[in-house]
Amino acid sequence: MLLQERDRQAVRQRFEALDKPIRLINFTQELECEFCRETRTLLEEVATLSDKISLEIYNFQTDREKRDVFGIDKIPATVVMGEHDHGIRFYGIPSGYEFASLLDTMLLVSRADSGLAPETRKRLAQLQKPLHLEVFVTPT
Amino acid sequence: MLLANAFAMESDLVRADAIEATEFPHLTQRHRVMGVPKTVVNGTGGVEGAMPEAYFLEAVLSAASAQMS
Repeated sequence: MLLQERDRQAVRQRFEALDKPIRLINFTQELECEFCRETRTLLEEVATLSDKISLEIYNFQTDREKRDVFGIDKIPATVVMGEHDHGIRFYGIPSGYEFASLLDTMLLVSRADSGLAPETRKRLAQLQKPLHLEVFVTPT
Repeated sequence: MLLANAFAMESDLVRADAIEATEFPHLTQRHRVMGVPKTVVNGTGGVEGAMPEAYFLEAVLSAASAQMS
């Protein structure tokens, strides 16, 4: 168990604000990936805290078709999606500060609204080419 | 990072990856990540630090357009 009972209660409470169903899709591999097992365990625990969350687990090496569908090139990887895939991925274990970000992202996706300012929405609507943002973060 | 994710929510053209820097040292090295958060835009260059929405938008859009010129 990675989450303490106190954490589980706090998370459960936050998940009461979940609106639309959330899909977490995890790519893992039992061998040679230090944080894979922990990431998978953490997501399994998170998924039990609301019935709006479903979790799918794939093997990075053998589930090649899924890997291609979601464009996963490294593990551990976690896709956070609702009805549609919005292109949101977490690479590495979402622990510490990143765990808070994971929860925030799940709530964001579940609302199915970016919550961005009108001007930001307008500018993003004018994009002509794909924009790939890789945000490097640390757990602390 | 939540902003990048919100951008991805807003536009189908935007993809947002959160990458745990210490777990992927080859990427941190390749992109010369000295501090976090650092946002790499379309595989090169980048925006350092956390900033308010309007600034972050300008920073990533100008990083993206600098690559095209």
